[in-house]
Amino acid sequence: MPRVAFTGNLKRHVDARTARAEGASVGAVLESLFAANPRLRSYVVDDQGRLRKHVNVYVNDARAELDTPVGADDEIFVFQALSGG
Amino acid sequence: MSKRILVATRKGLFDVRRSASGWRIARTAFLGDILSQAMRDPRDGALYVAQSLGHFGVKLQRSTDDGKSWKEIAAPAFPKTDAKDGPSVEYLFSIETGGPDRPGTLWCGTVSGGLFRSADRGESWTLNEALWNEPSRKEWGGGGFNVDKPGIDTILVDPRDSDRMVVGISTGGVWQTKDGGRSWRVTSKGLYAEYMPPARRNDPYMQDVHRIARCAAHPDKLWLQHHNGVFRSTDGGETWKEVKSIKPSKFGFAVAAHPKDADTAWFVPGVKDECRIPVDAKMVVARTTDGAKSFKVLTKGLPQKHAYDLVLRHGLDVDETGKCLAMGSSTGNLWVTENGGNAWTLVAGNLPPIASVRFA
Repeated sequence: MPRVAFTGNLKRHVDARTARAEGASVGAVLESLFAANPRLRSYVVDDQGRLRKHVNVYVNDARAELDTPVGADDEIFVFQALSGG
Repeated sequence: MSKRILVATRKGLFDVRRSASGWRIARTAFLGDILSQAMRDPRDGALYVAQSLGHFGVKLQRSTDDGKSWKEIAAPAFPKTDAKDGPSVEYLFSIETGGPDRPGTLWCGTVSGGLFRSADRGESWTLNEALWNEPSRKEWGGGGFNVDKPGIDTILVDPRDSDRMVVGISTGGVWQTKDGGRSWRVTSKGLYAEYMPPARRNDPYMQDVHRIARCAAHPDKLWLQHHNGVFRSTDGGETWKEVKSIKPSKFGFAVAAHPKDADTAWFVPGVKDECRIPVDAKMVVARTTDGAKSFKVLTKGLPQKHAYDLVLRHGLDVDETGKCLAMGSSTGNLWVTENGGNAWTLVAGNLPPIASVRFA
């Protein structure tokens, strides 16, 4: 199963521990995690289920989208760009 | 007189209390988080805080132990659509209780222009489809601080009838319902938009309503701070008349209406839209006590040199006596007056930018 790791900044607001989840795409893996942890959903995707504007996803070392395919040994990283003063 | 103010800022919540020695910050929460609103529900004592976490979206928190602990509850969200550009809530702009006879009912106005209702203290929210599907909505606009899309900044539930509401939209005009939100009609008559082409100047949907306040004891008497000036309605918000006596300027965001005296209201003018600082860098509050025949410019206790504070839409509140007002600025100054504005006291001068102050 693919492994998903989240930015530490997210852990400040919601349970977002590193986990393994089923799925053949980034979106499907995240959906598996959301099913087990519903609060996590609105932090990562917006009302329409799109990745939030400032949330970035990488699969291993490549930028990815929700429809990016993933394999059992892949690692998904969910993080964001912090900004502001 | 009120003894507590909830201050929602760009970097957290400040719970400010009045003790024998004066006003002081008694507690903080959500430090580092961007907040837009904080409210105490007088019907059951619950506290609500609206967060806008930027990267992670809008969230709503509730406390049932007066702020000792908080629980994340559902935040308003649009239903999923098949459209590629379907809407998402970007900012929780206003939150209000649904009236004394509707326990548990809350209303929330958002950017991108959706009005939401909860009947269960924020456990779930429903989009008001009637207003959202209003054909003129495609004409509504936005632009500026936190408001790249239309924002519902004002929700006034009529104290005589909880089914009657006045809503202010920036930019989208004044809207009213008499049936609890099943149907809406625009009531912007008398407002004008200087920034529009002449033919569209009086377009009811183009009016940039910064904030509306109503006299609780005389709910048909309302005051409105518009992008282009100050207006008053004496017929329940059906029609609006410009208040030309406002000074030192007609631009501003905030307005507070006296809870008993329909002729008394407070405004915090700034130079104008493209220069959002106090006139001559002097912080002032403009008060009328004669139904806008005249205004007095209140300065005592406010900085009269090099002051660049802007008081945003929800940055001014008045308590139930009409004597105590709280004012918070985008520069992080919090002032209180206990004599209707005759003299102000600085409670804190180094807060984060203040989005909302509210007596609790």
